[in-house]
Parts: sequence; C-alpha cells; structure tokens
Amino acid sequence: MPVLDVRDLRTHLITRWGTVKAVDGVSFTVDEGETLGLVGESGSGKSMTCLSILRLAPRPAARIVGGEVRLDGDDLLRKTGREMQRIRGKKIAMILQDPMSSLNPVFSIGMQVKEPLAMHHGLRGRALFSRAVDLLASVGISSPADRLLAFPHQLSGGMRQRVVGAMAISAPPRVLIADEPTTSLDVTIQAQYLRLLKELQQRHRLAMIFVTHNLGIVARVCDRVAVMYAGRIVEAGPVEQIFRAPAHPYTKALLESVPRLGDTREWLTAIDGQPPDLAALPPGCAFAPRCTSVMERCRVDAPPEVIVGEGRTSRCWLSVAPSPPRRDAGLALGSSDGPPRA
Amino acid sequence: MSPPPEIQAGVVADVLSAPAPDSRVRRRGLSLPIVPLAIVVTFVVVAALAPLISPGDPYEQSLRSRFTPPVWDERGTWKHVLGTDRLGRDLLSRIVWGSRVSLAAGVLTVLLATVVGAAIGLVAGYYGGRVDAALMRMTDATMSFPVVLLALILAVTVGPSFVNVVVAIAVILWARYARVVRGQVLSLMTLDFIVQARLAGASAWRIITRHLLPNTLNTVVVLLTLQIGYVIIVEASLSFLGAGIPPPMPAWGTMIAEGREFVTSAWWVSFFPGLAILLVVLAFNLLGDWLRDTLDPKLRQL
Repeated sequence: MPVLDVRDLRTHLITRWGTVKAVDGVSFTVDEGETLGLVGESGSGKSMTCLSILRLAPRPAARIVGGEVRLDGDDLLRKTGREMQRIRGKKIAMILQDPMSSLNPVFSIGMQVKEPLAMHHGLRGRALFSRAVDLLASVGISSPADRLLAFPHQLSGGMRQRVVGAMAISAPPRVLIADEPTTSLDVTIQAQYLRLLKELQQRHRLAMIFVTHNLGIVARVCDRVAVMYAGRIVEAGPVEQIFRAPAHPYTKALLESVPRLGDTREWLTAIDGQPPDLAALPPGCAFAPRCTSVMERCRVDAPPEVIVGEGRTSRCWLSVAPSPPRRDAGLALGSSDGPPRA
Repeated sequence: MSPPPEIQAGVVADVLSAPAPDSRVRRRGLSLPIVPLAIVVTFVVVAALAPLISPGDPYEQSLRSRFTPPVWDERGTWKHVLGTDRLGRDLLSRIVWGSRVSLAAGVLTVLLATVVGAAIGLVAGYYGGRVDAALMRMTDATMSFPVVLLALILAVTVGPSFVNVVVAIAVILWARYARVVRGQVLSLMTLDFIVQARLAGASAWRIITRHLLPNTLNTVVVLLTLQIGYVIIVEASLSFLGAGIPPPMPAWGTMIAEGREFVTSAWWVSFFPGLAILLVVLAFNLLGDWLRDTLDPKLRQL
C-alpha cells in the first residue's frame, strides 16, 4: 500500500473573477522511500496540490471540492481541524522555498528546533536538548550545541535551510514535501542539500514529494515524475522512461527547452504562448493552443488519462491509439517513441 | 509604505562598508539618552516615594499663607519652596503627590490600550477577511471619536473620577495599537516562518502568541513609550476641564486650572505644574524616539 494516495483531488479558488480550478482532478501515489517529482510551470498547481494535501490551501478563497488524500489508508480530507494539526509536522512535513524567511527572526535556532519536539513528542529538559543537538548534527551542521544558541540572521542561507530540514524530519514524518527547497541556494550548496535530502529520505524511509521546475534536479533525485499543466497531471511515470521518451507533447517541449552539454542546437526551443488563464480554460485540452502537434479533436474534447506503459500515464489524444484510427495520430505517436535525444 | 530613500541608502552603505553598521549600532545602542532617562527615573522615584519625599501635606490649607511666592522671591519662605496656591496649600507637595496621578494614569491607560489594541490587531491580521474588515471598521470609528468628548460625557453621566479618566482614554487609544499591530501582522503573515509554523502543526493560538506577538513587540514598546507622554497630556487636559481627576486630589491638570484666574498676580500656581508636565512629557517622548531609533530604525513613521 502506498504511503500517500491522492485520488482525484480538486481544489478550486473562488475569486471575484470566477472560479479557478487550481487543482483539477489530480491523482498520484507515493510509496515508502520513493521520491515523486512534481514538475510544471508557475501557476500549474504544484504548490496548491501540496498545500491541499496538508489542508492549508489559502482560505477563504481556496476550497477543496473533491477527492481523497489517503495517508496510510486514512482519508485526510475527513479529519477535523484538530486532528490535522497533529498530522502536520508529525506525519507530513513540508520544506518551503525561502530559507531567509522560514525561520522566526526573534527566536534562537534552539528554541525553534525544540518547538516541534516539545509539541509533538512532549520532550522536556535535557532529553529535549540532546534530541535537538542530534537533529542538527544529522543535517550536517557542525558544532550543533553552539548553533542552538545562534539566531537565524547569524546563519547562511544553506545553513538555515538545513535547520528547516532538521525541523521537518524531527518527527520523523511519513511524508516529506519539499517545495522548491533549493531554488534560492547557490548551485554548490544546492548539490549538497539535495544529497542531504536524499540521505535523510533513505534513512527514514520517507515518501517524498519534490516540487520543482528544474528538470535537472528531477533527474537527479526523483524516482518518478508527474508533469502538471493547468491544474492537471498531463504525464506521469518513471523518470528514466519519461526523460528518454516523453509521451505528452508538453513534456517533450519542456525537455527540449533545457540546454545540455554537447547540445548542437543553435537555439533553445521555447514553448510558444503563455500558460492558460485557469479561470477561462479552453473546452478541449488545456495545452492545445500551444501544442505543436495539435489536432482538431484536441480543441473540442479534453483527452482522458491513458496508460502508455508500465506505471506510465499520459493525458493526450496522441496516446489514445489506435482508436480513433487516424493517420496523423499514429505518426505522431511513432515520433514520440523515437530515439532518445542526446 | 516603501522606506524613504535615506534608509535604503543607509542599507546600501552598511553593505558596502562592513564595520560601519556595527559601530553605528554600538553608538546608538549604548549612548543612553541620559537627560530624558534621568527625568523619567526621577519622576518614577518621586511618585513611588511621595509620602517620604513630600515636604508637607498636599491637602493642608492655610489661608494666612495663601499665594506665597516661590522661595527666591523676597516674600517667599523655605517652608513653601515653590510657593502656595489659593488655599495656601504647598505647591511642591502637591506636585510631588500629583506625579502619582500622572504616572498611574499614563501607565495604566497605555497598558490597557496596548493589551486590548494589540489583541485586536493580532486577531484582525491573523484571520483577515471579514473578521479583519469588521475589526478595522470598528477601529476607524473609534479613532474618529474625540477623547475629550467621551471623557466629558463620562464625567457628566458617571461623575469625574480617576477610573473614568483611564477608561475614557483607553477606550479611544487602543485603536492606534490595533492599527499598527495589524499592519505588522499582515506583513509578517506573508513570511514563510508563519506558513512553516502551520505546516508544523501549530495552532492559531500558538502562532499568534509565539510567532506574531514577539515580532510586533518592538513596535508596541516604542508606541507605548511615545503614548505615555500623550496620555499624561490628555489626562491633564481633562483635569483642566474638570472632567478628569476631581479636586481636592492633587493632579497637575487640576492645579493649572486652579491657578488660571491668578496667572497675572500669582503666576507660580499654574506655572510649576505646567513645567512638570512639560518636562515629563518631553522626557517620555525623547525616550520613545530613542527606543524607536534603537529597536527599529525602519519605524520612522510612528
């Protein structure tokens, strides 16, 4: 049984300008010790999906209107507010993007690291202190006992993000959600931090959701990847397979827009157009206006999710083969199974 | 509320010359404002030890020695250093005892207003939406109501008393705290550590008391100090108008009012309580300014 099983999650934002389907029927599972990459452009619903799992989508605008979020078989959407408070931080932890503002500037590191320990485990006194020291040591912070006395402004961004990581795994949780945890770090620190996250995940057998728009990071840390577009998962599957042979034109376009070493192309391929306005989605496939292999059908009907391989799904008419038996569909599918790009 | 250019320039300068911020902070942090601090401390000590310090009984009348001028006048005596009033009461003793009223009114009112205002500001800022809208309209309404008018109404209906003065001022004053604290909370709410606290399973109460309140404390303390002076003035004004501390209790505002008719013949009766108010209020304001510059240079607009 997967640790986290999200089924048909729907979160709508009710605004003055209409209802925005920020998360529109998202389903995925994460197993113990597995990392799922959640990839997509800004506004594709990645962060909203994560916040919805924790039931922290910004109220009053955001409302979870349907679906299930099963943690070890238990539907979180049916929990009371008080029960959710005990689950947050204890069963599901989350690391945010900006280490500069994710620690309270007026309290020492020690007080902040100790807070969840005292709150969730009822530790006090010496036991609390030594547990806090252990935690900081486990995220690779040198002389942890001294650091407990430091204030956030005395630490570098990388150090702070380590502290945030230490707080996240203090329980340790079953699920760790990392929402672009390395975007504001230096590249060298980024690599270290990713290694640390990976190590923590393996040590505690965490089910991890890694939100990012950096495909390079996905390739490095994730086992499976789910590509989001306009509030939906358009393609999901094992990282290796998807990188080698993307089934969905959007995934393909994303991969083509990444520069690589040894690239012989003169220009990088960008995806034309803008991400769609979620309040006014086209009737068919949301990606149709920007898709290079668009068909008439795409503009009318939204494609269903189809299985395109072992543990792989794609939400595209091109993947719905051979019915309807169309020449162009078959050809396009053929090309997507073509040789891997350099 | 973008910071004024000189602050931004200051930040840039700090970044460029590493030792500069340190030395500046040190100069600011350790150079205590000696004069204001001395005045405030003296004032507090005098108020606390009034029974010991006071040269005489503030209530004792002696019609024979009424309107005795201060000691340096040829008609003055050492018995009444600052002279006497219309009823022959010793002015110095009355000023000493009056400091208790001013200090108590200032501190109590401000504390009451702070507690109520900060609580409302925290709740409004944290919950936002309709709660915020309702509380802030209430705040606006309160701010538009003149303190003096409310105190007069209270004095006329319930009768003037110390408690009424404190209540009347606090009932209006909390609105400022609510505004300022709510503004701070709104900006804090966008920071990740608040989200992080919720992610870690903290309750609303915990977030408000452990994360929001400590981060607004600087502002609150600065505002509190600045407002003590203001409250002392308002209390004195109310007493002057007869809506404040009722006679014969010695209050500085009442004393000024009592000497009003005799300013031309016996100036000292109004002058010395007025001087006391001036010194104390000035000292509190300077202290508040210094606190603001030290604790949070970004709060120039307070």
